[in-house]
Formats: sequence, C-alpha cells, structure tokens
Amino acid sequence: MTGAGHATGLDPRAGWGVWERARRLIPGRGDSALLLLPPLAFIFVLFLVPLAQVVWGSFFTPEFTLSQYERIGTTPVYLQVMGRTARVAAVTTALCILLGYPAALYLASVKPRTRQWLLLCVVVPFFLSMLIRNFIWMALLQRSGLINRTLIGWGVVDEPLPLMYNEFGMLLTMTNMLLPYTIFPILSALLAIPPELRNASASLGGSPLRTFLRVTLPLSMPGVAAGGLLVFIVALGFFITPALVGGPKQMMVSNLIDFSVREVLNWPFAFALANVLLWGTLVLYYVHVRLVESRLPRSGLV
Amino acid sequence: MVHIPPQAGPAGAAPGQRPGGQAASLDVEHLEKVYGRTRVVSDLGFSLRGGELLTLLGPSGSGKTTTMRMIAGFEEPTRGDVRIGGVSVVEREVHKRDIGVVFQQYALFPHLTVFGNVAYPLQMRRIAKAEIARRVEAAVAMVRLGGFEGRLPRELSGGQQQRVALARAIVFEPRLLLMDEPMGALDKRLRELMQVEVRQLQRALGITTVSVTHDQVEALVMSDLIAVLDGGVLQQLGPPLDVYQRPANRFVADFLGESNLVEVTAVRRDGESWIATSRRGLSTRMDAQALQGRETASLVVVRPENICVGEAALDLPNCYLAEIRETLYVGDLVKYRCVTEGGDEFVVKSLGATGAPLPPGRTVSIGWRPEHCLAVAP
Repeated sequence: MTGAGHATGLDPRAGWGVWERARRLIPGRGDSALLLLPPLAFIFVLFLVPLAQVVWGSFFTPEFTLSQYERIGTTPVYLQVMGRTARVAAVTTALCILLGYPAALYLASVKPRTRQWLLLCVVVPFFLSMLIRNFIWMALLQRSGLINRTLIGWGVVDEPLPLMYNEFGMLLTMTNMLLPYTIFPILSALLAIPPELRNASASLGGSPLRTFLRVTLPLSMPGVAAGGLLVFIVALGFFITPALVGGPKQMMVSNLIDFSVREVLNWPFAFALANVLLWGTLVLYYVHVRLVESRLPRSGLV
Repeated sequence: MVHIPPQAGPAGAAPGQRPGGQAASLDVEHLEKVYGRTRVVSDLGFSLRGGELLTLLGPSGSGKTTTMRMIAGFEEPTRGDVRIGGVSVVEREVHKRDIGVVFQQYALFPHLTVFGNVAYPLQMRRIAKAEIARRVEAAVAMVRLGGFEGRLPRELSGGQQQRVALARAIVFEPRLLLMDEPMGALDKRLRELMQVEVRQLQRALGITTVSVTHDQVEALVMSDLIAVLDGGVLQQLGPPLDVYQRPANRFVADFLGESNLVEVTAVRRDGESWIATSRRGLSTRMDAQALQGRETASLVVVRPENICVGEAALDLPNCYLAEIRETLYVGDLVKYRCVTEGGDEFVVKSLGATGAPLPPGRTVSIGWRPEHCLAVAP
C-alpha cells in the first residue's frame, strides 16, 4: 500500500502533515474538549434555555402556583387525552414490533447486497416530508379516497368505509410512519448474533423453530426493546397525524398543547402539559434502562 | 495414500465402554465440495472405526474445516457420501444427525448459564428435568467445572469456556464428535494441558471423533489417525508415527515437523544399500527400506533431530564437513543451520547440549545413518 502511495506521489504521511498543522491550531492536547464548545453552546442556547422556560413558566405566572397541574389532574377530559395518548402510543408500538420483527428477520436472512436494496426501500419514504405522507394517507383513506372508491367499484361494499377521522386510520398511519424505527434496531440486533450460534443449536438437536425461540428471539430482544422505546416515545409526541387523519375524538397531548397555545392562548397551561409529557417520557426511559435493559441478554460471542 | 489400520496399542480406544452404547464408525467417501469454479475438497475418503480419533491436518485453505462442516451438515457436499455407523447422513438435517460439535470460538449461548448451555441438547431431546439435572451435573463434573453451573459464558476464562463447549457437545452422547480447531483460542500452556485432557476424555467415553487443526503437535499428540490435507486433496492418511516417520511427499515432510529436503539427481545401487547424489554433488548412503522403493527418487528427507554434530558424526556412513551459519539456543535443544562444502543447507537439532552451543562460523562434522534419510515423492 505504501509503495503504491509513493508511486502515485501520494506519500501517506503528507496527509498527516496537514492534520498536524490543523491540530496545532487547537491549543494543547488536553484542550481538545474545546471542540465540544460550539455544539454545546448551540444545544444550551436553543434547547436548554427554552426547556427551562417551559418548566419555569408552568409554575410561575408570575407567582408560584400549581393550578395548571391541578387543572390537568382534575379535569376528566384532559386525563382522557393523557390516557389516549399513552394507549395510542402503546398500540402503535405493539403493531410496529409485530410488523417490524418479521421484516427485520427477513432482512437479516438475505445477502448483504439484497439487504442494502431492501433497506433503501424502507428508508425512501423518509425522503418525503411527514406532512406529505399524511396527505397521501388522507388521499387513500378518505370517504371518496382511493381505497373506498376501489371497494365500491368492485362491489365489495355499498357505503364508503369510515377509514379515517377515527382511531383506526390514525393507528394505521402512525404505524406506517414509525415502522422503520423498529426494523432498524431489531435488524442490527439480529445481525449481531453470530451465525455460528444457529449452527450450534442445530448440531445440538434444535429444529429451526426451536432454535429461533431459544436462541435468536432472546438474543434479539435488546433490539426489540430499543426499537419499542423509540417508537413509544416518538408516538407520545405525535402531532400531525392525530390532527390530520384522526378525528376530534383522537386528540392527543401534542394537539392539546397546540390548541392551548394557538386557540386559547393559555401558555402556562401548555407549558404544564408539555412538562407532563416530558417527565413522563423521562421516567419511562429511566424505568426502561433500570428494569428492562439490565435483564436483557448481551448479544455477540462472549 | 493407503489406509493403514492403526494398532490398538496401549493408547487404543476400548469401544463399547461408553454408557450410551456402541461407538459408531465413520466413513467418508469421495467427498467433494465445489464453490463456483473452486474445488475446495476433492475426492476425500477415510474410514474411522468406533472410538477412534482422526485429525484433519492442513494449512488454512486446505479444506479441512469445509470437510468437517460437511460431516456436521452445515455445508452440503457437491458429491460423495458420509456414513455414520454405516448409515448415510448426507440427506439428513443437521439437528437430526446426532453429532456433537465443538466450535472454534466455542459458540456458547451468551444468554444461557453454564447449566443452560450444557442442558440445551438434552432439552431439545425433551428429556425429563430430573434426568437433565443429573446428566448435566455429570458432564460438568467430567470437565471439572463443578460449581460453575450458574455462571454466564462471559464470566468464564477461555479454557473454562472451552470445557463448557466440550461438555455441551458430549452430554447427549452423540454418535460422533467434531472439533474445529478446539485449542485455537487457548494459550500454549493451556493448549498442551487441554490436548491431553480432551484425549483422555475422548478415550474414556470411546466416542468417535474428528478434529480439525493446523497444529502438527496437536495432531501428533491427540490422534489415532492423521489425514494431511493440502489444497483440498488428501496427501497422506495414517497413524501419527507413520505420517511423521514416513511422509508420503514433500508437503507432508515439510508440514509435519522440520525437514531437510535434498534434491536428488541420481540414485545408484551399491551392494546392500543405495547412494543418492544431490544436485550439488553431495552423496548420501541410504538403505533399501529408507528408499521406499523409489529408485528414481528426486527428493530425500533428513529430519533435523536425526543429524549428529561433532565427534558423534565421525563414525557414521554419511559424514560431511559443514560450516555453522546460525545457532539458535532453544533451551532444551540447540538448532544449527549448517552449509556443507558443496552448498547444501541442513538444519540440525541437537538435544541436551552440554556446555555452550557451538558458535556460528565453526566448521564441524555432521552425519546421519543410512536409515535416517528417506526418499519421498516430490
């Protein structure tokens, strides 16, 4: 390699010279932490400061009060919204895992080249904006949408089916949006399992099904847990889909926050709602790390 | 490449001692594996009687692991047959073959404890829980890991993991045991210890075994039979003694132990013995047995440990003056690289050297007996 580099006049050490010069611009070796400064400043100003404001603003209006939280805790309709948000997120998570696991299993079984192409198909929808994808679903699901017209045209149904402005449409759309979030972690967990373990199981008398149940499935659980957590957290904060595909009865916390800010201009109440969502998510994450992750098997050869 | 049946000497296995029943024989016939245009294994055949241990020995890329994987069923042979106990298994799925495998990196289940790993094959066979507990305990004790049942594989050392892998592969009393570079991941001391231990265990259980290695010492120490492979072709098959002392060709002579290879241009009869002359003019006397019927031999092998140095060499029929070019002191022996007047190079291993080893530059006598030079196929 070095010889080839010399032959083309590209001394590999020349590259290092450039690096050395660049490094000298950064004073001292231990000061490389300075490199962290710009992104840290960015996060601090644009994320932490507003976050502190949200926390602060929910308690001080401007005097200290817990009335916003009291209102959430005592008004049935708000509790309903909270419960619905959690339930929709949970069902979406379950659907994503149930649909994503077989997909990941298949992707893990094909040749790397084929896998690359198939993964591209999974990723391509991400190139479209969330909003456009929601509109596409609306075009498919509405009363005079593609699906209803086709079904009526074929004579399968007489009346258009209520496919959107309800929980069905919302779950369908959200699952579609979030499916890749389970496919990728599960796939990477599956690929981390040494193939020799399946051979070992087979040689020890394990049929393909029992090998899956006793070896592959347990060792892929870290991926399932990671993907599930990701989907659940993202689903908790979902906003566009409930607003567009869901009906009035499908209002979720994000929509309630939006409503409080834009329609009734009650910022402190919106802050309080956002806090409940935020701390709920953090508690969930903590529970996940402490209870679930520590009990999961570590993949890979020992 | 004739199969010489090994003598059931003191080291011979006693088939039928095993609690699980009669040890199965293994016959591999005309086994072949072709990937695209590459022939990885060609027309390989050998037979093992119940309880014997055969080592597939060869450098990387010699097809030894592919052969093992075809026997296990992880790879499908392009041609040929594998019979265990006389019954062909090539059409049989892996999990129905009843073969224990010790994998190169052990392939222990990382989420299961030692108990879980060793119990696994028994659970797959739906054996009663109490029976499983009893047999796992026995197997774990056999590999001297009692008390470690609750540990996870990652909490064990390499040697302990290897024993778990071994316990797991024998606990269900398979008809055949396969080991893929079983000592490859161990350090030298542990490797030597485990070679003896595994060998003793294998004999005690009387389990028919095929081991794969590129380590010639391991092959010599452990095997009843050694199959030397190169480029997917069987070079020689025989007991360790035969393969080492009567290598069939240059490859085997070179791969097992060190060899001095002398290119020979002419062989002529001289009374009871024969005289071979090298390209550089070195004549060596060899007896009829050493010639192995190769009157047109073109290659003669002299093992470094069969060459004497100094006064001891003077009485030998083959004695030459040589200059020491290099001296390597290895503790229990001294290795010299010598060059004769004619320019032939010899490596000499001198055991139990008293005093200081001879320095480079010194001219010494080297010599060997007629029966110690061996004609081999090129």
